[in-house]
Amino acid sequence: MAEIKIKNVAKNFASYQALNDINLTVSDQEFMVLLGASGCGKTTLLRIIAGLETATQGEVWINDRRVDHLPPKDRGIAMVFQNYAVFPHLTVFENIAFGLRMHKHPSAEITKRVHRTAELMHIEQLLKRYSGELSGGQRQRVAVARALAMEPDVILMDEPLSNLDALLRLEMRAELKGVLAESKTTAIYVTHDQVEAMSLADRISVMNQGRIVQASDPVDIYRNPAEKFVAGFIGNPPMNFLVADKQADGRWNVAGQSYDGPSCAENTLDFAIRPEDVVLAETGISAKVNVVEPLGVHLLVTCDVNGAQFRATLDSDANIGRGDTIALQPQLDRIRWFEPSNGMRQSLEKNDV
Amino acid sequence: MQARYLPYVLIAPVSVFLGLFFLYPFYLVAQTAFYDGAGWSLKNFQEVTSYWKFPISFKNTLWLAAVVVPIQLALALLMATMVNAMKKGRDLVLYIWTIPLGISDLAAGIIWLAIFEQSGFLNSMMHGLGFIDRPTALISYQNPTLIFVAIALAEIWRATAIMLVILVAGIGLIPREYYEAAQVFGAGRWKQFLRITLPLLRPSLSTALVLRVILAFEVFAVVQALGGTLFPVLMSETYAYQFELLNGSAAAAVALIILGISIASTIVILRVLRVPKGATI
Amino acid sequence: MTMVSSAPRDPRRTGRYVYATAVFLLCAWVLGPLYLLFVNTLSSPEAVNSFPKTYVPEFNFESIEFFMEFAGMTGALWNSIQVATLTMIMSILVGAPAGYALSRFEFKGKETFRILILLTRAFPLPLLALPLAVLFIRTGLDDTIFGLALVHTTLAVPFAVLITFSLFSGIPMELEEAAWTLGCNRLTAFIKVVLPLILPGITASAIFAFVISWNEVFAAAVLTIENRTLTAFLLQNLDTSALHLKFAGGFILVVPALIFIFAVRKYLFAMWGIANR
Repeated sequence: MAEIKIKNVAKNFASYQALNDINLTVSDQEFMVLLGASGCGKTTLLRIIAGLETATQGEVWINDRRVDHLPPKDRGIAMVFQNYAVFPHLTVFENIAFGLRMHKHPSAEITKRVHRTAELMHIEQLLKRYSGELSGGQRQRVAVARALAMEPDVILMDEPLSNLDALLRLEMRAELKGVLAESKTTAIYVTHDQVEAMSLADRISVMNQGRIVQASDPVDIYRNPAEKFVAGFIGNPPMNFLVADKQADGRWNVAGQSYDGPSCAENTLDFAIRPEDVVLAETGISAKVNVVEPLGVHLLVTCDVNGAQFRATLDSDANIGRGDTIALQPQLDRIRWFEPSNGMRQSLEKNDV
Repeated sequence: MQARYLPYVLIAPVSVFLGLFFLYPFYLVAQTAFYDGAGWSLKNFQEVTSYWKFPISFKNTLWLAAVVVPIQLALALLMATMVNAMKKGRDLVLYIWTIPLGISDLAAGIIWLAIFEQSGFLNSMMHGLGFIDRPTALISYQNPTLIFVAIALAEIWRATAIMLVILVAGIGLIPREYYEAAQVFGAGRWKQFLRITLPLLRPSLSTALVLRVILAFEVFAVVQALGGTLFPVLMSETYAYQFELLNGSAAAAVALIILGISIASTIVILRVLRVPKGATI
Repeated sequence: MTMVSSAPRDPRRTGRYVYATAVFLLCAWVLGPLYLLFVNTLSSPEAVNSFPKTYVPEFNFESIEFFMEFAGMTGALWNSIQVATLTMIMSILVGAPAGYALSRFEFKGKETFRILILLTRAFPLPLLALPLAVLFIRTGLDDTIFGLALVHTTLAVPFAVLITFSLFSGIPMELEEAAWTLGCNRLTAFIKVVLPLILPGITASAIFAFVISWNEVFAAAVLTIENRTLTAFLLQNLDTSALHLKFAGGFILVVPALIFIFAVRKYLFAMWGIANR
């Protein structure tokens, strides 16, 4: 049982507020991804959990034990670093054994565990090598093996795949997911890569400007962004936004089309729809095509709707050229509404399954 | 938390050390120099500057720096660019060129004495070539120019290496793409040196120059070994006041004059070679 | 169509020839005077004082023997070794922690501290010896190995700070942090991870401190009377001593320098590269 609770954590660097009242619970064996652009505070939060950074205020609990006053070594965590941090003066074997030796495990036990984790990470044949003789991917494996060998309650990972090339990243991603599921360790993983986050996470915490905007499972985050920020951040390309004017209670005018929407006091709302949730139709939102990018599976069409940019991913067979005017019809149950003043999503009971 | 105080604990020894053996002694020097037994005055300065040897030693010190440092700078720049372009034997050449870095000024003086003394190698060579029949005293009061040349050569020989090391390190920090970009835009080797190397090397140049100029004002042992009392410089005057004339106040005054010209030239060098903020590599 | 009978003169080849010659001449410029010192040192006193000189050493060790037997010389040599060793130890022990602090921590007063360190380079430090001479007499440190080592440490410690600063900066913080998460505290992480990686560099800067002390003339001459170091002893006897004695002394002074540059050659540029900034 390794549950992590973060209560009211804040962090200030001089006058700059890096983290602002963070509350988060990561349950046992959960794979939690902290996702956000650089500078959003995700790494700072991870380092506070690790004990490499001290929070200005708030509490960190691991396993019902308050740990924020403890040094990293006493927190029952292991960490994988962005640049791997494989000790250059030690062999791969000694790197993996490092933590076990520090915790004074008997040497037979150390040998056994090193070999077991090395096998798990497919680096048995590298045990005698030094870091300088390893490729980036191999170093990454050593770093993960070193963390796993500790059999920690919690494993923390700070953008561990960001220094690998694209193909290797894909391979390691799948492998990491398998290995961590196997080890039954609670994991917190920091990344700015949303595809990585989606593929790995049980739950994603999207962070922005020092706070957690939304913490939920990947599909929910994708389908039901809690804020306009999340809608504009997640997805490639992200959601389209159009201004909606109130026609009647629960009825909204979007670029000349009329849609059912939330009934609220506001006179304007942001209408949001994912590019793949619109189809070509006889009538619909009128869009002037600016750019057509054939991407194989589909066409990515960038259009202009009443002066706003609007992207649609359409069937590759669609015969569309620059300058055409097309009509787009959104899939009604995928429409989301945001309040312009604070960016919060306006809920419509039937959309929230 | 403990980590907040750790850096102060770590810098405490050096701070105490420099406070005790650097700042405090300087305070003492200043105090001695400006005190004449009764109160604050410039008497000590008037005394040392009115001494007949002072203008000579002042002039000698400045002349020596003015001749030696530019030659060293040119030589070090030449050597550094040569090393930079070198593929084979770079390590060996660098080792040889930096040997003088470890050689003391006294040893350098003695080494050049072997060449310039009366029965030395220069006279032997001239004899061998048939220019002279008998060895003549090269280093004597009749030959002040030759003394100057000998001391300058010894200084150039000994202390170019420190500039070379700083400049080689500095050139190593300049990314190669800049040169490639300059080549693409049509710059030849000389233009690359003028337009890329020199401007980007400014921080290293100012470090090298400050260090070298200050050391040039402190020139002492080389002069003692080669010229002795025939070529007075400020540092040897300080030494003479302290030991031969047993006049600590005068020694302190000369010391402060050396300090003054050191600081003045440091400021000038830093000003001239200042790099605008944001224009660093 | 005209045939080119002889190979055209390639200007690049000429350039390379000039370049190689220049490299060779500059090497000769450095090594030549050293060679002449060795010739003199390895010749008999008679040969050293004779005219004209030969350009090949006789491999006669009388000059060296004479030097070693000269009254006070071995004592001075031993003093030099002791002062330099003490300086080496003190400047690393005092300087390295500050270098570590500069590379690892952001703290109030860091910039002031850095300026203090850099300031020492802009001051003619040997002059410190003057007031310290008086101070040392009062505290009983005058004419002692330890007293001189203190002054030499003042000369060497700014370098030790800057060099160790650049060395520590070359070791990623992540390595230390990884060690912390694997069960180390600050001290054990330093010993197990940082120290093994930094040791060669520390050795290089220690040797640097040794040579600074070994070569220092002015403060040594001011602060020692009975317990002269080699440089101070040679300086004192410059006017009176025989040529072969001077040359043998110069030779003994130069030998550690050759070894020094060889030992630290790998670090020389890296040390200065970062220490510059």
